[in-house]
Amino acid sequence: MLTLSHVSTRYGSIQALTDVSLEVEKGSVATLIGANGAGKSTALRSIMGLCQPHAGEILFEGRKLNKIPTHRIAAMGIALVPEGRAVFANLTVLENLELGGYLQRDGKRLRLDIDHVYEVFPRLKERMAQMAGTLSGGEQQMLAIGRALMAHPRLLLLDEPSLGLAPLMVHAIFDAVDRINREGATVLLVEQNANLALKRSRKAYVLETGRIIMQGDSADLAKDPRVQEAYLGE
Amino acid sequence: MESFLQQLINGISLGSIYALVALGYTMVYGVLRLINFAHGDVYMLGAYFGFYLSRILQGRTPYHLLDAALVMFLSMLGCAICGLLMERFAYRPVRRASRLTMLIIAIGLSLLIENAGQLIFGANPKFFPQLIPESHIKLGGLMLTNQQVIVLLTAVTLMILLNLFIYRSRTGKAMRAVSFNMDAAKLMGIDTDRIIALTFALGSALAAAGGILVSINIPGIDPLMGVMTGLKAFVAAVLGGIGNIFGAVLGGLILGLAEVMVAGYGSSTYRDAIAFLILIVILLFKPAGLLGKGAVEKV
Repeated sequence: MLTLSHVSTRYGSIQALTDVSLEVEKGSVATLIGANGAGKSTALRSIMGLCQPHAGEILFEGRKLNKIPTHRIAAMGIALVPEGRAVFANLTVLENLELGGYLQRDGKRLRLDIDHVYEVFPRLKERMAQMAGTLSGGEQQMLAIGRALMAHPRLLLLDEPSLGLAPLMVHAIFDAVDRINREGATVLLVEQNANLALKRSRKAYVLETGRIIMQGDSADLAKDPRVQEAYLGE
Repeated sequence: MESFLQQLINGISLGSIYALVALGYTMVYGVLRLINFAHGDVYMLGAYFGFYLSRILQGRTPYHLLDAALVMFLSMLGCAICGLLMERFAYRPVRRASRLTMLIIAIGLSLLIENAGQLIFGANPKFFPQLIPESHIKLGGLMLTNQQVIVLLTAVTLMILLNLFIYRSRTGKAMRAVSFNMDAAKLMGIDTDRIIALTFALGSALAAAGGILVSINIPGIDPLMGVMTGLKAFVAAVLGGIGNIFGAVLGGLILGLAEVMVAGYGSSTYRDAIAFLILIVILLFKPAGLLGKGAVEKV
Protein backbone atom coordinates (compact mmCIF):
# COMPACT_ATOMS: atom_id res chain seq x y z
CA MET A 1 0.00 0.00 0.00
CA LEU A 2 2.84 2.33 0.94
CA THR A 3 6.31 1.85 -0.43
CA LEU A 4 9.41 3.91 0.24
CA SER A 5 12.33 3.00 -1.97
CA HIS A 6 15.79 4.42 -1.38
CA VAL A 7 14.47 7.63 0.17
CA SER A 8 16.95 10.23 1.37
CA THR A 9 15.87 13.46 3.01
CA ARG A 10 17.85 16.39 4.34
CA TYR A 11 16.63 18.41 7.24
CA GLY A 12 18.33 21.76 6.80
CA SER A 13 21.94 20.78 6.28
CA ILE A 14 21.58 17.53 8.21
CA GLN A 15 21.17 14.25 6.39
CA ALA A 16 18.10 12.96 8.24
CA LEU A 17 17.25 9.90 6.14
CA THR A 18 19.66 7.86 4.05
CA ASP A 19 18.49 5.29 1.55
CA VAL A 20 15.40 4.26 3.50
CA SER A 21 13.26 1.52 1.97
CA LEU A 22 10.18 0.12 3.63
CA GLU A 23 6.83 -1.32 2.80
CA VAL A 24 3.52 -1.22 4.61
CA GLU A 25 1.01 -3.90 3.62
CA LYS A 26 -2.64 -3.08 3.22
CA GLY A 27 -4.61 -3.74 6.39
CA SER A 28 -1.56 -4.21 8.59
CA VAL A 29 0.04 -2.33 11.44
CA ALA A 30 3.70 -1.64 10.77
CA THR A 31 6.06 0.14 13.09
CA LEU A 32 9.17 2.19 12.78
CA ILE A 33 11.20 2.22 15.99
CA GLY A 34 14.40 3.95 16.89
CA ALA A 35 15.99 6.36 19.31
CA ASN A 36 15.33 10.06 19.55
CA GLY A 37 16.70 11.81 16.48
CA ALA A 38 16.97 8.62 14.40
CA GLY A 39 14.84 10.21 11.68
CA LYS A 40 11.47 8.63 12.46
CA SER A 41 9.49 11.86 12.28
CA THR A 42 11.35 12.91 9.15
CA ALA A 43 10.23 9.67 7.51
CA LEU A 44 6.57 10.47 8.22
CA ARG A 45 6.99 14.10 7.22
CA SER A 46 8.56 12.98 3.94
CA ILE A 47 5.57 10.76 3.20
CA MET A 48 3.20 13.69 3.82
CA GLY A 49 5.26 16.09 1.72
CA LEU A 50 6.06 18.30 4.71
CA CYS A 51 9.67 17.81 3.78
CA GLN A 52 10.92 16.81 0.36
CA PRO A 53 13.21 13.85 -0.17
CA HIS A 54 16.08 14.68 -2.50
CA ALA A 55 16.38 11.09 -3.63
CA GLY A 56 14.20 8.02 -3.80
CA GLU A 57 10.57 7.41 -4.42
CA ILE A 58 7.47 7.25 -2.24
CA LEU A 59 4.49 5.35 -3.62
CA PHE A 60 0.99 5.17 -2.17
CA GLU A 61 -1.37 2.70 -3.83
CA GLY A 62 0.91 2.85 -6.83
CA ARG A 63 0.88 6.65 -7.10
CA LYS A 64 4.03 8.66 -6.62
CA LEU A 65 3.84 11.13 -3.72
CA ASN A 66 7.08 13.04 -4.27
CA LYS A 67 6.50 16.75 -4.96
CA ILE A 68 2.74 16.55 -4.42
CA PRO A 69 1.63 19.29 -1.99
CA THR A 70 0.69 18.11 1.49
CA HIS A 71 -2.99 19.04 1.28
CA ARG A 72 -3.39 16.90 -1.84
CA ILE A 73 -1.65 13.95 -0.20
CA ALA A 74 -4.10 14.31 2.68
CA ALA A 75 -6.94 14.25 0.15
CA MET A 76 -5.57 11.00 -1.31
CA GLY A 77 -6.37 9.22 1.94
CA ILE A 78 -3.33 9.53 4.22
CA ALA A 79 -3.60 11.15 7.63
CA LEU A 80 -0.73 12.00 9.96
CA VAL A 81 -1.14 12.43 13.69
CA PRO A 82 1.91 14.59 14.26
CA GLU A 83 4.37 14.42 17.09
CA GLY A 84 3.27 16.65 19.94
CA ARG A 85 -0.29 16.23 18.62
CA ALA A 86 -0.55 19.75 17.12
CA VAL A 87 -4.23 20.18 17.95
CA PHE A 88 -5.59 23.64 17.19
CA ALA A 89 -5.44 24.87 20.77
CA ASN A 90 -7.39 28.06 20.14
CA LEU A 91 -10.31 26.18 18.61
CA THR A 92 -12.88 24.03 20.35
CA VAL A 93 -12.76 20.24 20.31
CA LEU A 94 -15.72 20.21 17.93
CA GLU A 95 -14.07 22.73 15.59
CA ASN A 96 -10.91 20.63 15.57
CA LEU A 97 -12.94 17.62 14.46
CA GLU A 98 -14.75 19.69 11.83
CA LEU A 99 -11.37 20.75 10.47
CA GLY A 100 -10.34 17.12 10.35
CA GLY A 101 -13.32 16.66 8.05
CA TYR A 102 -12.44 19.78 6.08
CA LEU A 103 -12.71 17.96 2.76
CA GLN A 104 -16.14 16.56 3.62
CA ARG A 105 -18.58 19.12 2.27
CA ASP A 106 -21.71 17.14 3.05
CA GLY A 107 -22.88 18.43 6.43
CA LYS A 108 -24.91 15.33 7.25
CA ARG A 109 -21.98 12.99 6.65
CA LEU A 110 -19.78 15.31 8.72
CA ARG A 111 -22.18 14.91 11.68
CA LEU A 112 -22.08 11.12 11.30
CA ASP A 113 -18.29 11.13 11.21
CA ILE A 114 -18.14 13.27 14.33
CA ASP A 115 -20.52 10.86 16.08
CA HIS A 116 -18.25 7.99 15.11
CA VAL A 117 -15.23 9.75 16.63
CA TYR A 118 -17.26 10.39 19.81
CA GLU A 119 -18.04 6.70 19.92
CA VAL A 120 -14.34 5.77 19.69
CA PHE A 121 -13.38 8.47 22.20
CA PRO A 122 -16.39 9.22 24.44
CA ARG A 123 -14.22 11.65 26.44
CA LEU A 124 -14.15 14.01 23.47
CA LYS A 125 -17.93 14.26 23.46
CA GLU A 126 -17.90 15.47 27.06
CA ARG A 127 -15.32 18.09 26.11
CA MET A 128 -16.70 19.14 22.74
CA ALA A 129 -17.25 22.81 23.57
CA GLN A 130 -13.92 23.21 25.35
CA MET A 131 -10.88 24.85 23.79
CA ALA A 132 -8.52 22.09 22.67
CA GLY A 133 -5.64 23.80 24.49
CA THR A 134 -7.31 23.15 27.84
CA LEU A 135 -7.40 19.37 27.40
CA SER A 136 -4.99 17.03 29.17
CA GLY A 137 -2.17 15.48 27.16
CA GLY A 138 -4.03 12.21 26.74
CA GLU A 139 -7.23 13.93 25.68
CA GLN A 140 -5.27 15.99 23.17
CA GLN A 141 -3.86 12.77 21.75
CA MET A 142 -7.40 11.39 21.45
CA LEU A 143 -8.43 14.57 19.70
CA ALA A 144 -5.47 14.43 17.33
CA ILE A 145 -6.32 10.84 16.38
CA GLY A 146 -10.05 11.60 16.19
CA ARG A 147 -9.33 14.58 13.97
CA ALA A 148 -7.28 12.35 11.66
CA LEU A 149 -10.10 9.78 11.56
CA MET A 150 -12.52 12.42 10.31
CA ALA A 151 -10.90 12.18 6.88
CA HIS A 152 -11.50 8.40 6.64
CA PRO A 153 -7.82 7.75 5.98
CA ARG A 154 -6.91 4.46 4.34
CA LEU A 155 -3.44 4.95 5.78
CA LEU A 156 -2.96 6.39 9.25
CA LEU A 157 0.50 7.62 10.27
CA LEU A 158 1.03 7.98 14.01
CA ASP A 159 4.04 9.85 15.36
CA GLU A 160 4.87 8.91 18.96
CA PRO A 161 1.30 8.63 20.24
CA SER A 162 2.51 7.40 23.64
CA LEU A 163 4.85 10.31 24.28
CA GLY A 164 4.34 11.84 27.71
CA LEU A 165 1.21 9.87 28.57
CA ALA A 166 0.39 7.86 31.67
CA PRO A 167 0.45 4.06 31.12
CA LEU A 168 -3.32 3.73 31.45
CA MET A 169 -3.86 6.40 28.83
CA VAL A 170 -1.27 4.80 26.54
CA HIS A 171 -3.28 1.57 26.61
CA ALA A 172 -6.50 3.39 25.89
CA ILE A 173 -4.87 5.08 22.90
CA PHE A 174 -3.43 1.84 21.55
CA ASP A 175 -6.73 0.02 21.98
CA ALA A 176 -8.30 2.73 19.88
CA VAL A 177 -5.58 2.31 17.26
CA ASP A 178 -6.32 -1.45 17.17
CA ARG A 179 -9.96 -0.70 16.63
CA ILE A 180 -9.21 1.78 13.86
CA ASN A 181 -7.04 -0.85 12.19
CA ARG A 182 -9.78 -3.49 12.49
CA GLU A 183 -12.20 -1.03 10.93
CA GLY A 184 -10.04 -1.01 7.84
CA ALA A 185 -7.27 1.57 8.12
CA THR A 186 -3.67 0.55 7.54
CA VAL A 187 -1.38 1.95 10.25
CA LEU A 188 2.23 3.03 10.28
CA LEU A 189 3.30 3.65 13.83
CA VAL A 190 6.41 5.52 14.87
CA GLU A 191 7.45 4.92 18.46
CA GLN A 192 10.25 5.32 20.94
CA ASN A 193 8.45 2.87 23.17
CA ALA A 194 9.70 -0.14 21.24
CA ASN A 195 8.25 -2.67 23.64
CA LEU A 196 4.74 -1.49 23.07
CA ALA A 197 5.20 -0.89 19.36
CA LEU A 198 6.52 -4.40 18.71
CA LYS A 199 3.61 -5.93 20.64
CA ARG A 200 1.04 -4.01 18.67
CA SER A 201 2.42 -4.39 15.15
CA ARG A 202 2.98 -7.13 12.60
CA LYS A 203 6.06 -5.85 10.85
CA ALA A 204 8.81 -3.60 12.20
CA TYR A 205 11.71 -1.51 10.97
CA VAL A 206 14.53 -0.24 13.15
CA LEU A 207 15.91 3.15 12.24
CA GLU A 208 19.31 4.34 13.44
CA THR A 209 20.83 7.69 12.43
CA GLY A 210 18.67 7.83 9.34
CA ARG A 211 19.23 4.27 8.09
CA ILE A 212 17.15 1.12 8.38
CA ILE A 213 19.42 -1.26 10.24
CA MET A 214 16.98 -4.11 10.90
CA GLN A 215 13.61 -5.22 9.69
CA GLY A 216 11.31 -8.19 10.04
CA ASP A 217 8.29 -9.57 11.83
CA SER A 218 7.69 -7.68 15.03
CA ALA A 219 7.53 -10.87 17.08
CA ASP A 220 10.96 -11.96 15.77
CA LEU A 221 12.53 -8.55 16.33
CA ALA A 222 11.23 -8.49 19.89
CA LYS A 223 13.27 -11.67 20.52
CA ASP A 224 16.39 -10.41 18.76
CA PRO A 225 19.15 -9.80 21.34
CA ARG A 226 20.41 -6.67 19.57
CA VAL A 227 16.96 -5.10 19.66
CA GLN A 228 16.47 -6.18 23.24
CA GLU A 229 19.72 -4.61 24.30
CA ALA A 230 19.37 -1.37 22.38
CA TYR A 231 15.65 -0.68 22.54
CA LEU A 232 13.92 -2.91 25.03
CA GLY A 233 16.26 -2.27 27.95
CA GLU A 234 16.77 -5.91 28.78
CA MET B 1 -20.98 67.23 28.36
CA GLU B 2 -22.37 67.61 24.88
CA SER B 3 -18.99 68.50 23.54
CA PHE B 4 -17.59 65.42 25.22
CA LEU B 5 -20.25 63.22 23.60
CA GLN B 6 -19.47 64.86 20.30
CA GLN B 7 -15.79 64.04 20.72
CA LEU B 8 -16.68 60.54 21.76
CA ILE B 9 -18.57 59.99 18.52
CA ASN B 10 -15.77 61.50 16.46
CA GLY B 11 -13.29 59.28 18.25
CA ILE B 12 -15.28 56.11 17.68
CA SER B 13 -15.75 57.03 14.05
CA LEU B 14 -12.02 57.60 13.50
CA GLY B 15 -11.24 54.55 15.60
CA SER B 16 -13.47 52.30 13.53
CA ILE B 17 -11.49 53.31 10.45
CA TYR B 18 -8.21 52.53 12.17
CA ALA B 19 -9.78 49.25 13.18
CA LEU B 20 -10.64 48.37 9.57
CA VAL B 21 -7.04 48.95 8.50
CA ALA B 22 -5.61 47.29 11.61
CA LEU B 23 -7.60 44.13 10.82
CA GLY B 24 -5.59 43.68 7.63
CA TYR B 25 -2.28 43.95 9.49
CA THR B 26 -3.39 41.53 12.13
CA MET B 27 -4.88 38.94 9.76
CA VAL B 28 -1.81 38.81 7.55
CA TYR B 29 0.40 38.65 10.62
CA GLY B 30 -1.77 35.81 11.87
CA VAL B 31 -1.19 33.56 8.86
CA LEU B 32 2.36 34.56 7.83
CA ARG B 33 3.91 36.24 10.90
CA LEU B 34 4.62 39.13 8.54
CA ILE B 35 4.08 42.85 9.12
CA ASN B 36 2.84 43.90 5.70
CA PHE B 37 4.15 47.45 5.65
CA ALA B 38 2.55 48.02 2.26
CA HIS B 39 -0.88 47.66 3.84
CA GLY B 40 -1.25 51.39 4.51
CA ASP B 41 -0.63 52.01 0.83
CA VAL B 42 -3.44 49.67 -0.11
CA TYR B 43 -5.66 51.94 1.97
CA MET B 44 -4.43 54.85 -0.17
CA LEU B 45 -5.11 52.89 -3.35
CA GLY B 46 -8.63 52.27 -2.08
CA ALA B 47 -9.21 56.00 -1.75
CA TYR B 48 -7.88 56.60 -5.28
CA PHE B 49 -9.95 53.79 -6.78
CA GLY B 50 -12.90 55.43 -5.05
CA PHE B 51 -11.94 58.82 -6.47
CA TYR B 52 -11.79 57.62 -10.08
CA LEU B 53 -14.80 55.35 -9.78
CA SER B 54 -16.87 58.21 -8.32
CA ARG B 55 -16.14 60.30 -11.37
CA ILE B 56 -17.45 57.53 -13.59
CA LEU B 57 -20.31 56.30 -11.48
CA GLN B 58 -21.63 59.33 -9.65
CA GLY B 59 -25.21 60.04 -10.69
CA ARG B 60 -25.56 56.81 -12.64
CA THR B 61 -28.05 55.32 -10.22
CA PRO B 62 -31.14 57.05 -8.86
CA TYR B 63 -29.83 57.08 -5.28
CA HIS B 64 -26.72 58.70 -3.81
CA LEU B 65 -26.37 55.87 -1.36
CA LEU B 66 -26.42 53.31 -4.13
CA ASP B 67 -23.75 55.28 -6.00
CA ALA B 68 -21.63 55.31 -2.88
CA ALA B 69 -22.18 51.62 -2.20
CA LEU B 70 -21.22 50.75 -5.74
CA VAL B 71 -18.06 52.86 -5.58
CA MET B 72 -17.16 51.28 -2.28
CA PHE B 73 -17.79 47.73 -3.44
CA LEU B 74 -15.78 48.12 -6.65
CA SER B 75 -12.89 49.79 -4.83
CA MET B 76 -12.83 46.98 -2.31
CA LEU B 77 -12.77 44.51 -5.17
CA GLY B 78 -9.94 46.43 -6.86
CA CYS B 79 -7.87 46.44 -3.68
CA ALA B 80 -8.60 42.78 -3.05
CA ILE B 81 -7.05 42.09 -6.45
CA CYS B 82 -4.06 44.29 -5.54
CA GLY B 83 -3.71 42.27 -2.34
CA LEU B 84 -3.75 39.02 -4.31
CA LEU B 85 -1.11 40.32 -6.70
CA MET B 86 1.08 41.49 -3.82
CA GLU B 87 0.87 38.10 -2.15
CA ARG B 88 1.46 36.14 -5.32
CA PHE B 89 4.34 38.12 -6.78
CA ALA B 90 6.04 39.81 -3.83
CA TYR B 91 5.57 37.54 -0.81
CA ARG B 92 4.94 34.00 -2.04
CA PRO B 93 8.31 33.68 -3.82
CA VAL B 94 10.12 34.43 -0.54
CA ARG B 95 7.81 32.47 1.77
CA ARG B 96 10.61 30.06 2.66
CA ALA B 97 13.24 32.78 3.04
CA SER B 98 14.00 34.37 6.40
CA ARG B 99 11.45 36.62 7.96
CA LEU B 100 13.79 39.57 7.52
CA THR B 101 13.69 39.08 3.75
CA MET B 102 9.90 39.35 3.76
CA LEU B 103 10.03 42.44 5.95
CA ILE B 104 12.46 44.17 3.61
CA ILE B 105 10.26 43.25 0.65
CA ALA B 106 7.29 44.73 2.51
CA ILE B 107 9.12 48.03 3.02
CA GLY B 108 10.29 48.07 -0.60
CA LEU B 109 6.80 47.35 -1.84
CA SER B 110 5.43 50.17 0.27
CA LEU B 111 7.93 52.67 -1.18
CA LEU B 112 7.18 51.38 -4.66
CA ILE B 113 3.43 51.89 -4.32
CA GLU B 114 3.86 55.35 -2.77
CA ASN B 115 6.16 56.57 -5.50
CA ALA B 116 4.25 54.94 -8.31
CA GLY B 117 1.18 56.61 -6.81
CA GLN B 118 2.83 60.00 -7.02
CA LEU B 119 3.81 59.29 -10.60
CA ILE B 120 0.41 58.06 -11.71
CA PHE B 121 -2.04 60.03 -9.58
CA GLY B 122 0.13 63.15 -9.22
CA ALA B 123 1.68 64.30 -5.97
CA ASN B 124 -0.86 67.04 -5.33
CA PRO B 125 -3.85 66.25 -3.15
CA LYS B 126 -7.10 65.55 -4.94
CA PHE B 127 -10.54 66.43 -3.74
CA PHE B 128 -12.68 63.37 -3.14
CA PRO B 129 -16.12 64.02 -4.62
CA GLN B 130 -19.02 64.26 -2.24
CA LEU B 131 -20.82 61.00 -2.84
CA ILE B 132 -23.59 61.72 -0.39
CA PRO B 133 -24.88 65.27 0.04
CA GLU B 134 -24.30 66.38 3.60
CA SER B 135 -27.25 66.79 5.90
CA HIS B 136 -27.41 67.25 9.64
CA ILE B 137 -29.05 65.05 12.16
CA LYS B 138 -29.92 66.44 15.57
CA LEU B 139 -29.74 63.89 18.33
CA GLY B 140 -30.62 65.54 21.64
CA GLY B 141 -28.07 68.28 21.90
CA LEU B 142 -25.73 66.52 19.50
CA MET B 143 -25.16 67.58 15.97
CA LEU B 144 -24.19 64.74 13.64
CA THR B 145 -23.75 64.71 9.92
CA ASN B 146 -25.37 61.91 7.95
CA GLN B 147 -21.90 61.10 6.66
CA GLN B 148 -20.59 60.40 10.14
CA VAL B 149 -23.48 58.05 10.74
CA ILE B 150 -22.92 56.25 7.44
CA VAL B 151 -19.19 55.87 8.07
CA LEU B 152 -19.78 54.41 11.50
CA LEU B 153 -22.54 52.06 10.40
CA THR B 154 -20.55 50.81 7.41
CA ALA B 155 -17.43 50.16 9.47
CA VAL B 156 -19.39 48.31 12.13
CA THR B 157 -21.28 46.25 9.52
CA LEU B 158 -18.04 45.22 7.82
CA MET B 159 -16.51 44.18 11.13
CA ILE B 160 -19.57 42.11 12.03
CA LEU B 161 -19.47 40.42 8.61
CA LEU B 162 -15.78 39.67 9.01
CA ASN B 163 -16.41 38.25 12.43
CA LEU B 164 -19.17 35.98 11.14
CA PHE B 165 -16.94 34.86 8.30
CA ILE B 166 -13.99 34.01 10.55
CA TYR B 167 -15.93 32.34 13.34
CA ARG B 168 -18.82 30.71 11.50
CA SER B 169 -17.70 29.69 8.03
CA ARG B 170 -15.70 26.66 6.99
CA THR B 171 -13.11 28.85 5.28
CA GLY B 172 -12.88 31.09 8.33
CA LYS B 173 -12.19 28.06 10.46
CA ALA B 174 -9.47 27.04 8.00
CA MET B 175 -8.00 30.53 8.29
CA ARG B 176 -7.81 30.22 12.06
CA ALA B 177 -6.22 26.80 11.68
CA VAL B 178 -3.58 28.16 9.29
CA SER B 179 -2.78 30.99 11.67
CA PHE B 180 -2.37 28.56 14.55
CA ASN B 181 -0.26 25.91 12.83
CA MET B 182 0.36 25.95 9.10
CA ASP B 183 1.69 22.39 8.84
CA ALA B 184 -1.19 20.93 10.83
CA ALA B 185 -3.61 22.85 8.60
CA LYS B 186 -2.05 21.29 5.51
CA LEU B 187 -2.50 17.85 7.07
CA MET B 188 -6.24 18.54 7.25
CA GLY B 189 -6.28 18.92 3.49
CA ILE B 190 -6.40 22.72 3.63
CA ASP B 191 -4.80 24.43 0.65
CA THR B 192 -2.83 26.91 2.74
CA ASP B 193 -1.67 28.95 -0.27
CA ARG B 194 -5.28 29.66 -1.12
CA ILE B 195 -6.11 30.65 2.46
CA ILE B 196 -3.11 32.99 2.64
CA ALA B 197 -4.10 34.62 -0.65
CA LEU B 198 -7.65 35.02 0.61
CA THR B 199 -6.36 36.64 3.80
CA PHE B 200 -4.51 39.25 1.76
CA ALA B 201 -7.58 39.85 -0.37
CA LEU B 202 -9.87 40.30 2.62
CA GLY B 203 -7.46 42.57 4.50
CA SER B 204 -6.93 44.70 1.40
CA ALA B 205 -10.67 45.03 0.80
CA LEU B 206 -11.15 46.24 4.37
CA ALA B 207 -8.33 48.75 3.92
CA ALA B 208 -10.02 50.04 0.78
CA ALA B 209 -13.25 50.48 2.73
CA GLY B 210 -11.27 52.42 5.33
CA GLY B 211 -9.74 54.64 2.65
CA ILE B 212 -13.12 55.52 1.20
CA LEU B 213 -14.84 56.07 4.53
CA VAL B 214 -12.07 58.46 5.54
CA SER B 215 -12.39 60.32 2.28
CA ILE B 216 -16.13 60.77 2.82
CA ASN B 217 -15.37 62.61 6.08
CA ILE B 218 -12.10 64.31 5.11
CA PRO B 219 -12.11 64.64 1.33
CA GLY B 220 -8.45 65.50 0.63
CA ILE B 221 -6.55 62.47 -0.68
CA ASP B 222 -2.89 62.20 -1.67
CA PRO B 223 -0.51 59.34 -2.53
CA LEU B 224 1.16 59.49 0.88
CA MET B 225 -2.04 59.43 2.91
CA GLY B 226 -1.44 55.77 3.73
CA VAL B 227 1.85 56.37 5.51
CA MET B 228 0.58 57.91 8.72
CA THR B 229 -2.72 56.01 8.81
CA GLY B 230 -0.88 52.78 8.08
CA LEU B 231 1.51 53.38 10.96
CA LYS B 232 -1.33 54.25 13.31
CA ALA B 233 -3.34 51.21 12.31
CA PHE B 234 -0.22 49.14 12.86
CA VAL B 235 0.07 50.64 16.35
CA ALA B 236 -3.60 49.79 16.88
CA ALA B 237 -2.96 46.17 15.90
CA VAL B 238 0.04 45.94 18.25
CA LEU B 239 -1.89 47.65 21.02
CA GLY B 240 -4.70 45.10 20.78
CA GLY B 241 -2.30 42.19 20.39
CA ILE B 242 -1.15 41.49 16.87
CA GLY B 243 -2.74 38.42 15.35
CA ASN B 244 -5.90 38.93 17.42
CA ILE B 245 -9.01 40.05 15.51
CA PHE B 246 -10.82 41.57 18.49
CA GLY B 247 -7.55 43.15 19.54
CA ALA B 248 -7.33 45.04 16.26
CA VAL B 249 -10.83 46.46 16.72
CA LEU B 250 -10.20 47.36 20.36
CA GLY B 251 -6.81 48.90 19.54
CA GLY B 252 -8.31 50.91 16.69
CA LEU B 253 -11.07 52.31 18.89
CA ILE B 254 -8.68 53.22 21.72
CA LEU B 255 -6.34 54.92 19.30
CA GLY B 256 -9.11 56.87 17.58
CA LEU B 257 -10.55 58.03 20.89
CA ALA B 258 -7.15 58.94 22.30
CA GLU B 259 -6.32 60.97 19.23
CA VAL B 260 -9.59 62.88 19.17
CA MET B 261 -9.49 63.55 22.91
CA VAL B 262 -5.91 64.82 22.76
CA ALA B 263 -6.81 67.09 19.87
CA GLY B 264 -10.02 68.26 21.53
CA TYR B 265 -8.83 68.84 25.08
CA GLY B 266 -5.09 69.16 24.72
CA SER B 267 -3.45 70.44 21.62
CA SER B 268 -3.98 69.16 18.12
CA THR B 269 -0.21 69.43 17.66
CA TYR B 270 0.08 66.23 19.63
CA ARG B 271 -2.63 64.22 17.91
CA ASP B 272 -0.16 62.20 15.88
CA ALA B 273 2.25 61.84 18.79
CA ILE B 274 -0.26 60.09 21.03
CA ALA B 275 -0.32 56.97 18.83
CA PHE B 276 3.40 56.49 19.17
CA LEU B 277 3.37 57.31 22.87
CA ILE B 278 0.84 54.50 23.22
CA LEU B 279 3.09 52.22 21.18
CA ILE B 280 6.06 52.89 23.45
CA VAL B 281 4.01 52.35 26.59
CA ILE B 282 2.47 49.10 25.38
CA LEU B 283 5.82 47.72 24.24
CA LEU B 284 7.32 48.55 27.62
CA PHE B 285 4.59 47.14 29.82
CA LYS B 286 2.59 44.63 27.82
CA PRO B 287 4.48 43.76 24.65
CA ALA B 288 1.97 41.04 23.67
CA GLY B 289 -0.77 43.68 23.50
CA LEU B 290 -4.00 44.04 25.45
CA LEU B 291 -5.62 40.81 24.23
CA GLY B 292 -2.51 39.02 22.98
CA LYS B 293 -1.22 36.00 24.78
CA GLY B 294 2.28 34.70 24.95
CA ALA B 295 2.40 31.42 23.07
CA VAL B 296 1.50 28.70 25.54
CA GLU B 297 1.73 25.13 24.40
CA LYS B 298 0.62 22.21 26.47
CA VAL B 299 2.71 19.08 26.33
